[in-house]
Amino acid sequence: MTSPHPLRAMDITVGYRDAVLRNLSVAIPEGSFTAIIGPNGCGKSTLLRALARLLKPESGEIFLKGKPIGTYASREVARSLGLLPQSSVAPEGITVAELVARGRYPYQTFLRRWSRQDEVAVADAMAATGVEHLALERVDRLSGGQRQRTWIAMVLAQQTEILLLDEPTTYLDITHQVELLDLCRHLNREGRTLVAVLHDLNLACRYATHVIALRDGAILAEGPPTEIVTADLVRDVFGLSAVIIEDPISGGPLVVPDQKAI
Amino acid sequence: MNSSASMRRDNCRYEVDATALDGPAHRVIRCGPFSFKVETHTAIAALLLAIALVAVATLALAGGAFPLRVGDIVSALLGVGDERAQLVVIEWRLPRVLGAVLIGMALGVSGAIFQSLTRNPLGSPDVIGFSAGSYTGALIVLLHLGGGYWLTAGGAVAGGFGAAALVYALAWRGGVDGFRMILIGIGVSALLGAFNMWMIRQASLQAALGAAFWGAGSLNGLGFDQLRFAALAFAVLLPASAYLAQAMRQMELGDDVARATGVPVMRMRFALTFVGVALTAAATAFAGPIAFIALVAPQVARRMTATASVSILTSALCGGLLLLVADLAVQRAFGNQLPVGVMTVVIGGFYFIWLLVRETRP
Ligand SMILES: Nc1ncnc2c1ncn2[C@@H]1O[C@H](COP(=O)(O)OP(=O)(O)OP(=O)(O)O)[C@@H](O)[C@H]1O
Ligand SMILES: [Mg+2]
Repeated sequence: MTSPHPLRAMDITVGYRDAVLRNLSVAIPEGSFTAIIGPNGCGKSTLLRALARLLKPESGEIFLKGKPIGTYASREVARSLGLLPQSSVAPEGITVAELVARGRYPYQTFLRRWSRQDEVAVADAMAATGVEHLALERVDRLSGGQRQRTWIAMVLAQQTEILLLDEPTTYLDITHQVELLDLCRHLNREGRTLVAVLHDLNLACRYATHVIALRDGAILAEGPPTEIVTADLVRDVFGLSAVIIEDPISGGPLVVPDQKAI
Repeated sequence: MNSSASMRRDNCRYEVDATALDGPAHRVIRCGPFSFKVETHTAIAALLLAIALVAVATLALAGGAFPLRVGDIVSALLGVGDERAQLVVIEWRLPRVLGAVLIGMALGVSGAIFQSLTRNPLGSPDVIGFSAGSYTGALIVLLHLGGGYWLTAGGAVAGGFGAAALVYALAWRGGVDGFRMILIGIGVSALLGAFNMWMIRQASLQAALGAAFWGAGSLNGLGFDQLRFAALAFAVLLPASAYLAQAMRQMELGDDVARATGVPVMRMRFALTFVGVALTAAATAFAGPIAFIALVAPQVARRMTATASVSILTSALCGGLLLLVADLAVQRAFGNQLPVGVMTVVIGGFYFIWLLVRETRP
């Protein structure tokens, strides 16, 4: 069955000791580059973790390619859906190449530990994120940006149709942010569905085809950036007064914060 | 990979990857749907440890009150030659050597499992109270249920699992944080230690002496009867840990990444804990609590292989070697008077202090 929404949450209530998201429904459009925006603590990471089956909803259901995600085996989910968590710690002393190779776990078994495909996928992922020259470096000795790109390479090595990236651009300088989002766009145009939590509204508007605006665990607006990103939305979501002008490069919305916060 | 050389036979390929795009130099063996990656450092370390193990074992079989040459040992092991040599080698010395190796291996693997689960070199079963729990279980049997070898062993296993359950229950907060578990484990270990002491104080002198001797950890009592059971237990548990090792390594990346890459984290943590506790408890059941092998072996192995993860195989070999060396040293220096557990406490104690200082330094 091909659903136009490879990943869908229906009426989920999910959180930790207290629910963070209540009765939330969201559908990620097939082939989209979806950006999730919203203030700190509004539940963006919680949503991604629920979508990736890291958190079990108290009620409601997540559907992966039309079937309840709970009906898949763990490795099956990991072959369709990759997640870059907001923060992760690498084991002390692990090298870049070793860490990227760990992304191949869902394809490996006790007797199939390092296939030709594993090797190719890891090499491709390192090339795509530009970390090949760091292959033998220890991850704990990299700069924040290099480390971030290594983790992204690990997720890419997983070769999934759906990628969930929680703040993939943190720690990156402006050039690497743009480079990374170019890479995301490229992956997206190759046919992968991407969901990324982004804090930079302007980059989100520039790159995303679909934006989900979240506040206090609820979706305030959702749709293509040109349609939904308005001064009103920015005020409602972030409590910030801003002027929206046309992005001179892309023609999309460009958010310029006002002098005074409200 | 441009500079890779390969040999081809049927469908199998042995590849030497010298460009090392995927980490430290390694060899890849592929055969039909099967493929293996062998890290060169790990293979060399395992080989060296195995050679050392055989060498020390030979030394242990050769020496003592009735010295033998290597040739005598080999023929005795093959069941030919001088009958007296056969008796000495097979009946007297072999059970002890095999026991030391097996129990050391079990402890090394158990240490590797818990250090990996807690992501901390301090997280070893003897530090976090599981060994103390085994001793408690054994003591209850020795002092209150009349003892007996197998019943004592059963008590040790039950006590080990009991202590593990207690530590987990106290450390549980919708998940287990490694460091929290270690702190609670150290606390539980101290409490159980005091309780064990109290039980011994309450007992008659005779029973207390027996219990204290057992509690020091010794390979003196090991014969083929017990060894058969030890071998059986470890023959199940050691391969099980090798099987779980892949998931264990993945879990070192954190629960989120492990889950996102397809590890059923809860189930795997349970399975690994079960196997790890069973290994320590079984080792304790057969030889009493032997401290610090589980703590030291995986870290020595890790330093030797220069890898990020503790490997099961090298930890096992390292544990076996350490206990064999400690037991041999004790036997040669003090005869059968001093239990090997005292020796491992001395070696391990210094390492433990060094580690505590290093780990708690900001
Ligand atoms: N592991 C946790 N245990 C308990 N509460 C948590 C946990 N993680 C997050 N929370 C709470 O859930 C709420 C939503 O957190 P979440 O991480 O989803 O926010 P976010 O939108 O990703 O924020 P940020 O932009 O800062 O990353 C917060 O109030 C936070 O305190
Ligand atoms: Mg977040």
